Amino acid sequence: MNNAALELASEAGERVSHPAPTDSPLAMQELTVSYGEKPAVFSIDATVPAESMTAIIGPNGAGKSTLLKAALGIVPRLSGRVMVFGAPLAHVMHRIAYVPQRASVDWDFPTRVIDVVLMGLYRELGLLHLVRRHHRERAVACLERVGMADFADRQIGQLSGGQQQRIFLARALAQNAELYLLDEPFAGVDAATEKAIIDVLKSLKAENRTVVCVHHDLATVTDYFDHVLLINVRKIAEGPVATTFTAENLQKTYGGRLATAHIDQLKLPAA
Amino acid sequence: MGAEFVQLSLTPLLIGILAAIACALPGNFLILRRQALIGDAISHVVLPGIVVAFLLTGIISTWPMLLGAAGAAVVAVVLIEAIRRVGRIEPGAAMGVVFTSLFAAGVLLLEQSDTSGVHLDVEHALYGNLESLIWFSAEGWGSLADPAALAALPPELFRMAAAAVLILALTVIFWRPLKLSTFDEGFAGAVGIPTAALSLGLVITAAVAAVAAFDAVGSIIVIAMFICPPAAARLMTNRLEIQVLWSVVFATLSAVLGYVLAGYGPLWLGADNAVSAAGMIATVSGLILALACLFAPHRARIGAPRGA
Repeated sequence: MNNAALELASEAGERVSHPAPTDSPLAMQELTVSYGEKPAVFSIDATVPAESMTAIIGPNGAGKSTLLKAALGIVPRLSGRVMVFGAPLAHVMHRIAYVPQRASVDWDFPTRVIDVVLMGLYRELGLLHLVRRHHRERAVACLERVGMADFADRQIGQLSGGQQQRIFLARALAQNAELYLLDEPFAGVDAATEKAIIDVLKSLKAENRTVVCVHHDLATVTDYFDHVLLINVRKIAEGPVATTFTAENLQKTYGGRLATAHIDQLKLPAA
Repeated sequence: MGAEFVQLSLTPLLIGILAAIACALPGNFLILRRQALIGDAISHVVLPGIVVAFLLTGIISTWPMLLGAAGAAVVAVVLIEAIRRVGRIEPGAAMGVVFTSLFAAGVLLLEQSDTSGVHLDVEHALYGNLESLIWFSAEGWGSLADPAALAALPPELFRMAAAAVLILALTVIFWRPLKLSTFDEGFAGAVGIPTAALSLGLVITAAVAAVAAFDAVGSIIVIAMFICPPAAARLMTNRLEIQVLWSVVFATLSAVLGYVLAGYGPLWLGADNAVSAAGMIATVSGLILALACLFAPHRARIGAPRGA
């Protein structure tokens, strides 16, 4: 079955399985990225299962964000291949939504919440199409999903960190994609926001979409995710959380930086 | 205001306004991208480029000047990158070293070469020759309908108008990707916007504004207009669309007030001579920025703690 056929089948409401790895929402082969002399990401192979919630985990400087950006074509890769839904990136960009790190932008930028969410409709609006009422209504609906509809006309500089993160998620929802790539969506947010975000991500999964997060909080991995990719420049392990998120693999990923005592306290899947 | 105004003041005023707007438009984005220094750098390196172009061709005309300025900009970028890597210093410092050195080299070149027959000297490079761009053949407002008189308008007016229209059109057409990539470059790349090309395009647009304005009004106005009107406009609003409109208003206000004050201000104060219009326009734009810092409605946002 090719992709078009799969799409037709899923539109018709049929449950379709994605057994072939080439049809994976995100497949990387020997992906290497380098900013200077040392590679930030070295020869990583990974296949994200369709309709999964996948966490990318590793210590600071392990290349987690870089991996995500290379998969999106934002940073150039030195070698290797990225296939999205079995096709080269350029053909399938409209099927991917991206949530960058909140701290990567200047929140003092002169714009309103609703304008940021409307940026998610860029591919539809293009250079010169006017923003019509139905575009605005869709943006507001996305804000409602993250509980921020009342903030549509606020200047973005007036938001708290958690609210900013929800706006970024709303913008990604406006992209109406099948693959969601999020860079540290839970970093530095309040508990209410964390709950709101994970609820939205779980609802995306329930809608047969695929979610991939760069994640830093080891304590929540087993609760939030079903698939995990452990990296530290190189790939350490990849697979279902139940079999891959183990003390042994974590020790390999974090080395001496993660005390054994700390691992013991983690909620690991029952061995 | 009659014949004398049309003959002596109308064209310099228009050229001043157009130059101010042409520089202020890209200035909005340069400032938000924390690249305000690039406008400064470009307007400085334009000088040696134009001098070399003049030495090679022996004439002052648009295309050799544009090419010379573009060549100088490329040399400057390569030098900045080289100094940054070899000297291991931060980009801002590398930029500061390169553009001041190139400007100084341009001044030396200018002094050593015979430019007496043309409008090219150090003073002209800094202040331009706005006051001399008069409309000789105008006899009054009626001349605006007289083809013969219109044909004798100073060519700088057409050059500046063409540059301003081009820059306005580019700003409108590329508004959405420019705004998006200025706010969030990573996301812009992920939705397929060629962010590197867009960045380069913005710098080239700023260079076009700088070169076009340089000839008529000199580098002082160019530097001031890239920064002052957009910076003051940012303090007036929290929406980019309105900020850009304010920047156009402030640019126009600076040009008009500056020109009038330069011409009549000293007389009102009892002095004999008028002062440089370009210098006064730049000064007024600085004053507007100062007033905006003190009284504008959104002044608190600048420098406020981030992510509060």
